[in-house]
Amino acid sequence: MNPAPSALKRWSPPVLLAVVLLAALYMVTLVHAAGETLLAGTMLIISALALWVYTSPRTYAYRYLFPGIATALIFVVFPMVYTMSIGFTNYSSKNLLKFPRATQYFLDETYQAEGEPLAFTLHADGREFRVRLEDADAGHAYVSRPVALKNTDLQDLKVEPAEQLKAALGDPVQLKDVIARQPQLKALTAILPDGRMLRMTGLRQFGPVQPLYEKQADGRLLNKQDGSFLLPNFDTGFYETASGERVQPGFQVGVGWANFQRIFTDQAFQQPFIRIFVWTVVFSALTVFFGAALGMFLAVLFNWDALRFKGLYRTLLFLPYAVPGFISILVFKGLFNNNFGEINLILEALFGIRPAWFSDPLLAKVMLLIVNVWLGYPYMMVICMGLIKAIPGDLYEASAVAGAGPLTNFFRITLPLIMKPLTPLLISAFAFNFNNFVLVSLLTGGRPDFLDTSVPAGTTDLLVSYTYRIAFQDSGAQYGLAAAISTVIFAMVAGISLLQMRFTRIARDDKR
Amino acid sequence: MAIVLDKSHRWRVLAAHAFLIGLILLVIFPFLMILSISLRPGNFAAGSLIPEHISLEHWKLALGISYTAPDGRVVRPEFPVLLWLWNSVKVAALTAVITLSLSTTAAYAFSRMKFRGKQASLAGLMLMQMFPSVLALVAIYAIFDRLGNVFPSVGIDSHASLLLAYSGGIALHVWTIKGYLDTIPIEIEEAAKVDGATPWQAFRLVLLPMAVPILMVVFLLAFIGAIIEYPVASILLHEEAKLTLAVGSKLFLYEQKYLWGDFAAAAILSGLPITVVFILAQKWMISGLTAGGLKG
Repeated sequence: MNPAPSALKRWSPPVLLAVVLLAALYMVTLVHAAGETLLAGTMLIISALALWVYTSPRTYAYRYLFPGIATALIFVVFPMVYTMSIGFTNYSSKNLLKFPRATQYFLDETYQAEGEPLAFTLHADGREFRVRLEDADAGHAYVSRPVALKNTDLQDLKVEPAEQLKAALGDPVQLKDVIARQPQLKALTAILPDGRMLRMTGLRQFGPVQPLYEKQADGRLLNKQDGSFLLPNFDTGFYETASGERVQPGFQVGVGWANFQRIFTDQAFQQPFIRIFVWTVVFSALTVFFGAALGMFLAVLFNWDALRFKGLYRTLLFLPYAVPGFISILVFKGLFNNNFGEINLILEALFGIRPAWFSDPLLAKVMLLIVNVWLGYPYMMVICMGLIKAIPGDLYEASAVAGAGPLTNFFRITLPLIMKPLTPLLISAFAFNFNNFVLVSLLTGGRPDFLDTSVPAGTTDLLVSYTYRIAFQDSGAQYGLAAAISTVIFAMVAGISLLQMRFTRIARDDKR
Repeated sequence: MAIVLDKSHRWRVLAAHAFLIGLILLVIFPFLMILSISLRPGNFAAGSLIPEHISLEHWKLALGISYTAPDGRVVRPEFPVLLWLWNSVKVAALTAVITLSLSTTAAYAFSRMKFRGKQASLAGLMLMQMFPSVLALVAIYAIFDRLGNVFPSVGIDSHASLLLAYSGGIALHVWTIKGYLDTIPIEIEEAAKVDGATPWQAFRLVLLPMAVPILMVVFLLAFIGAIIEYPVASILLHEEAKLTLAVGSKLFLYEQKYLWGDFAAAAILSGLPITVVFILAQKWMISGLTAGGLKG
C-alpha cells in the first residue's frame, strides 16, 4: 500500500480538529472582547462538548447526533427558554441596553465647555469627507483623516495640523450638503493634538466639549456641569436623580412577576387579553369544526363507488393546500377589499350590498374563518380519505342488507370508526390554528382595533399576533411584556399537547 | 357491491356532481380571478373574468422590465420580485441542505445505535416540534441582534441569520428519516462491516444510497417549509433588497399604495413553481412515508 495516502488519512482528522478548535477559540476570545460574556461562555461550552464527543471513543454514537441535536438545542430550544426568561425582565425600547452599555452612554455624553469655538468646513475626499477646523486667532488649522459619514454611531476623530497633510484639500462642500450630513457630523468628537475635545456646535463651527458625567467609586454618576448625582436604581432599571426622576436611557433589570401581574390584573391589559383569548379559542375551534366537516363530507363522497371523475375533483379540491399560504392569503386580502375587491363587486352586482369586510369586527371574523376553512379543508379531506379507506367494506354491505340509507351509514359506521384516530389530529389542528399567526398577520393584521382599550389590540387578533404587535409594532417594543404573554401561550400549548398525546395513546391502544 | 338501486339513486349522483362542481368553482375562483387581474391593464380597473383587453404590463413589471404606459410615462418596477424569489430560493435551498445533513446523521444514530437517553431524546424531539417558533420571536430577535453586535454577517438583516434560525427545525425530519431507515434490513450493513467497513463507511456508502427516496422527500419538505416561512423572516429581514418573497409580497397591498395588478402577476410568477414542486413532493411524500411507515 502506498504510504502517502495512509499518512494523510491518519493525520488529517486530528489536524482538522485542531484547526477547527483554534478557530473556535479565536471566535470565543473575539466575542468575549466585544463584551458578550454569556455568548462567549455558551460558545466555549459547545466547543468543549464537541471536542469531547469527537475524541472520546465512548461517545461514538453521539458523533452522529451532536451536530443535529446541538443546532436544535441552540436555535429552537434555547430561544424558547430565553423567551421565558425575557418575560421576567423589563426589556423594552426604553430599557434596551444592558447596564454597562447604558452607563457608557451617559459617560459618552458631553457638554459645551469654556473656550473659543473653531471654524469648521467639510471637504470631499473621493467618496469620503475630511473635517477641517481653523483657529483663526492662533493661526492654526487642523484636518482629519477621511471619514465615510454613513452612520450616526458616536466616534472619536483625531485631527492633525493641516501642514502635515500631503495632498491638497479640495474646496469645502456646500452648506446644504453639510446640513444633509448634520446627524452624522454631530456624532463626531474631534480631538486636537493637545487633547482638547470638540463637537459640532453650529453649521460652521466646532466648540470645545467635556464629558458630562464622571463615574464615582460608589457607582453614582457626577454631573460635572451642575454637580448633581445620578443614582442607578436596579428596581426600576433607570438612572435617577436625587428627587427620583428617571433619566433615559434605562437598562435591563429583572422585574420578577411584574409582567404577568400586568397581564392578569392590570385593567388595561387584562381586558383585551381575555377578549383575545376567547376569540383565539373560538377561531381555532370553528376552523377545525368547519374544516373537518367539509373535509369529511368530501372524503365520504369520494368513497362512493357510483361517483365518476373522482380523480379530477380530488386534484382540483386539493389545490388550496398546495399553493403557498402567504400567496393565497394575500390574494384573498385583495379579493375581499372593501372598495375595489372583486368579491364586493360581484356582491354589489347580484344583491346590491357592499359588506365592509375589513372594518366591521364581525365581518372581519367571518372573513378570517372563510379564508381559513378554504386553506385547511384539503388536509382534513386527505386524512379522512385515508381513514375511511381502512374501514372494512363488509360493514357497509351488512348495513345495505339491513336497508340503511347513507345518513345511517355515516352516523352509525363511518363517523364512530374514524373519530378515534381523527381526534389527535383534530387537536393538533386546533393547536396549529391557535397559533395561526401568518393568516391573521397577512389578512387583517388584527384590525379592526378595539376602540375601548388603552393598548392597541384588534378584534381579529389571536394571542400570537397580539404578542407580535406588542413586541414589534405599534406599542413600542415592549419585549418583556410580549415574552411574558408568549410564556402564557407556551403553557396553553403544553396543555393542548398533553391532551393530544393522551388521545394518540387511546387511538393506538384501540388499534391493538 | 351489487345491490338493488332505488330511483332516488340517480338523483343523488347528479346532486353530488352539481355540489362538487359548484364547490370547485368556489374554490378555484380566486385562482382564475388572479390570473385575469394579472392580464388586465391598470391596478384598479374592474372588469369581467375574461378581460376584454389583454395587457402584459403587470407581467413585465413582475419580471423587472420597465413598461411604457399609453400616455408615454415610463413605469418602473416597484419591487424587485425576481430578487426576492432568488433570495427565497437561496435561503430555502441552503436550509434544506443543512437540515437534511443534520437530520440524516441524527436519524442514523437513532435507528442503528444504542446509547443512553435514546428514547428520551426521541420523545424530546417530538415535543419540540409542538411549540411553533412564532412563540419565541422575541428571543430570536434578541439573539440575532446581540450576535450581530459581534458578527455583523449573522446579525439582523442577513440571510445567514435566517439560515441559522431555520436550521434547528430538524425534529420532524429526524422522525421521518428514522422511520424509513428502520425498514431497511440491518443485515446489509452488517455484511459491509464484515468486509471491513467502518460504521461511517457503512452509513455513507451502503445505507445512504438506499435511503435516497426519503432524503429527496425530506429535502423538498424542508425547502418548501423554508420558502413559505413568514414570521421569523418578517422580524429578521427589513432591508428591501434582502427580503424573501413571503415577506416582500405583503408590500404590494398597502391601503395607501394598492398595486393589485402587479401583485397578481408576481403571485403567479412565484406561486406557480412552488405549487408544482409541492404537488410533486406530495406524491413522493405519501409513497415515501407509507414505505417508511410499514414497519414503523
